[in-house]
Amino acid sequence: MNGDNAGKERGTGPGAPDDLSARLERLDKQLSGRGLPPKASGGSDRASTSPSALGRAFRLSTEFVAGVIAGGLLGWLFDRMLGTSPWGMIVFLMLGFGAGIFNVMRASGFMDPPSGSKPRDS
Amino acid sequence: MADPISQFQLKPLVSFGRIGGTELVFTNASLFMVVAVLGITALMVLPTQGRALVPGRLQSLVEMSYEFIAGTLRSSTGEDGMRFMPLVFSLFMYILVLNLIGMIPMGFTVTSHIIVTFALAAIVILTVIIYGIAKHGMHFFGLFVPSGVPKWLLPLLIAIEVISFVSRPISLSVRLFANMLAGHIALKIFAGFVVALLTGGVWAILAPLPLFLTIALTALEVLVAVLQAYVFATLTSIYLNDALHPGH
Repeated sequence: MNGDNAGKERGTGPGAPDDLSARLERLDKQLSGRGLPPKASGGSDRASTSPSALGRAFRLSTEFVAGVIAGGLLGWLFDRMLGTSPWGMIVFLMLGFGAGIFNVMRASGFMDPPSGSKPRDS
Repeated sequence: MADPISQFQLKPLVSFGRIGGTELVFTNASLFMVVAVLGITALMVLPTQGRALVPGRLQSLVEMSYEFIAGTLRSSTGEDGMRFMPLVFSLFMYILVLNLIGMIPMGFTVTSHIIVTFALAAIVILTVIIYGIAKHGMHFFGLFVPSGVPKWLLPLLIAIEVISFVSRPISLSVRLFANMLAGHIALKIFAGFVVALLTGGVWAILAPLPLFLTIALTALEVLVAVLQAYVFATLTSIYLNDALHPGH
């Protein structure tokens, strides 16, 4: 552990300036060779690997339930304001069911996102 | 044995008197939020004072988390989404630190209260709606009209799209709240098994089993705590993309 840290920090110390500048130069060359900003490509690369996959799994767990709850909520409000109980609840719950399935299909990538929400640079 | 729910109880610490019929109280939840904000501020400001070209450990931690969120936001909203970086990064750090503080024994998990997570989700959705309408006017509602479907299906699909939009703050808040609540209850129950078995005479032989499970669950909970903060930030940037680039 100690040896490890010492090895990592040697680059920051005054002992090895050549090593550091040489590495910086090499990094510079590699980055300019790619011809695009390093951060953008690094970010999207990282987003498409494991944390994103696990994150998507967590996303799916509530998308469907949220759709049904939102439908029920809207139906309840609709009934309360217009006094059409229980028809608003029935219709909106079914629509909410559909919206939940939409959400899940969208989150899992079986369906295209709505026209506007496509990622710009992919 | 302590019941698994009592860890989420709000305890009033300081009372500030009343406004209308409501008592203004500084609770343990407020205390932990203040601690989290102070901690984040210290973590963000102090290590970056040196502005070293080759960052030290803490500075590199700060820079890595910034780069991570910046990359997530950039990949889902493009370059003009970076104006929301302060919002997304604050949300991410706030949720991350609150989740992790909750993992410390005797700590209080603020994010296991749905009112807190719903307030955070409401900030996101209100930002999307207000910014979207301010920038695009009525164009923003084009978000609800899917393209390339037959005319007779449109009313149904618009209704479903609207409900789908309403479900966003719900799913955003319920996901974080439910994960935190369920994880902490599971931890407490398995830890309770250890005590119950130890006091049960011969059954004490079995006590290590739930103990190992508790240790494994603790590791899982730390993973969930980090991941939920990440998921919240990712979904925030996906929703913000709707405000920036609604349909045609």
